[in-house]
Amino acid sequence: MSAVGVTTLRRPNDRLLRRRAANRSMELLAWLAAAIAVGILGVVVWSVARRGGSELSWNLLTKPQNQAAAYLPNIQEGLANAFAGSLVIVGLATLLAVPVGILVAIYVNEFAPRAVRNGVGLALDVLNGIPAIVIGIFVYGLLVVGRGPSGFAGSFALAVLMLPLVARSTIEVLALVPDSLREASLGLGVPRWRTTLGIVLPQTIGGVLTGTVLAVARVAGETAPLLLCSSIVGTAIGWNPHHALFSVPLAIFELSESPSPADHARAWAAALVLLLFILVASLSARWLATRSRRKITRAGR
Amino acid sequence: MSTYDATREATRRPFSGRRGRPGDIVLQGVAGAAALGALVLLGLIAYKVVQGSRPALSTFGLGFLTHIGWDTVHNSMGAAVFIFGAAVTSFGALLLATPLALGIALFLTELAPRWIRGSVTALVETLAAIPSVVIGLWGIIVLGPVLRDHVEPALHSTLGFIPLFGTPSSAGTGIFTAIVVLTIMILPIISSITRELFLGVPGELKEAALGLGTTRWEMIRGVVFPYARGGVAAAMILGLGRAIGEAIAVAQVIGAVDNQISWNLFDGGNTPAAKIALEFTNASGLEVPSLFYLALILLVFSLGVNTVAQVIVRRVARRQGLAAQ
Repeated sequence: MSAVGVTTLRRPNDRLLRRRAANRSMELLAWLAAAIAVGILGVVVWSVARRGGSELSWNLLTKPQNQAAAYLPNIQEGLANAFAGSLVIVGLATLLAVPVGILVAIYVNEFAPRAVRNGVGLALDVLNGIPAIVIGIFVYGLLVVGRGPSGFAGSFALAVLMLPLVARSTIEVLALVPDSLREASLGLGVPRWRTTLGIVLPQTIGGVLTGTVLAVARVAGETAPLLLCSSIVGTAIGWNPHHALFSVPLAIFELSESPSPADHARAWAAALVLLLFILVASLSARWLATRSRRKITRAGR
Repeated sequence: MSTYDATREATRRPFSGRRGRPGDIVLQGVAGAAALGALVLLGLIAYKVVQGSRPALSTFGLGFLTHIGWDTVHNSMGAAVFIFGAAVTSFGALLLATPLALGIALFLTELAPRWIRGSVTALVETLAAIPSVVIGLWGIIVLGPVLRDHVEPALHSTLGFIPLFGTPSSAGTGIFTAIVVLTIMILPIISSITRELFLGVPGELKEAALGLGTTRWEMIRGVVFPYARGGVAAAMILGLGRAIGEAIAVAQVIGAVDNQISWNLFDGGNTPAAKIALEFTNASGLEVPSLFYLALILLVFSLGVNTVAQVIVRRVARRQGLAAQ
């Protein structure tokens, strides 16, 4: 009795141990994968912070590039022209993309029949998937050929990249607005357009803002379209978008290709400023998103 | 959400109630024009890229796709080196990123204690927010030398009998560096889509498997993976599209070799996107349309890839919606 019992019990036990071992090792691998991803982020951010931090100075932000600096090492040199250009280009792109994105979302969510809704949604996703360099070459063909590079062309290219992001996130929050609000307003005899613009849209401000901030964070570091549409060799600070404007991502790209360690140092500093901007923007967007979502769901009760 | 909701449809139908209020017509017209604009934009992109590449299309025809070399002096340009480079770098990146992304998604949905779940999800998404030019800068200056001095010699001495792992590079730039950089860039994309798919697996199925006495891994292999298979494929396709379209980071680290195809991963290479980024500002003559032709290849590929992936995603979403009822 006991001998039989031991053999019949031990065999399944061995198998159980093997299954448990497989389970443990797979769990370990999953932990490892997550650790690798977080580790990579840590190493990249740390590299940028360490190498950029020592180079970060007031001059970098306020003084433009200076070609004489290569020969006269005492001249103070910064990247103010890049920061000014980025500000203008990204600002204009936001002004272009956000209203259009909101209108597209209003049409898709409040007016369009189901089939059109799906069609436009698919078009936005496809637009979102087109590589930035192709958008850049498209805008080059549309606006730069015959006219020369300009800040406007760069802004337009960035706006094309922002449009699907803004429209998508606005569609998502519009869908969250409870129908009871629309029905109450329409039932009181308020016209549809005032219901949409005065009742529904204000509920989504938080969500729209989130989407906008995320889109700005995404295009602020976009290099490829600006390389084709708004690249410039000059070094003066410029604010006029009719002319080509320098930008922070372009500065990083060009300085990183240079063999000089001093240029690398400034590339790291510019990367640090860009990264700080993007991280602050994404964190505040995340915070805004949770806040506005809570507000919308409360409004329905 | 996938069911047909009559009230929901009614409140959104155009011109319900009183017809033809001027304000309604104006808003619908303006919003409709914006939506139409988005569609027109897609057409315009295709038109402009084809228009720009027309001289190269008529000179080289389809032979452009298979011709090796980029000789601007003798006007003999071909895309074969770039297509090869894009294929090798993006498949390599996919090969490295997919298992990692699956692991991350499993960790975030099945294993992680609640208190680190949120912060690790946020950290992985932050990785996606880092601009490609910053990853490229890091790739040239930090990653490249590490790969050149440590990883490449080690791979060469252990796996050197495979032609892929030939003589290590001297500069730290090359196809292998591009693969690692692209892996970092597509990892968060694949893992965040996969994570959402895994979250959609019905709890009853998982509990049923666990209740039958499976271990957690057996449950994942038997329930979670089969349930999410189609979606994972779509996530991989989207990652592939992103990797092939990436211009700047690849341009910074791939070493820009335009005239030969090498199976040694540690040699330099180039991709269509990186070639455009590196060459466009200096291009003249027939080289400009040739670069447009490269963009056309990218455009056709990305349109195909994204349409396929979106169709799969939608089908999976619909199936999960039905299963949830």
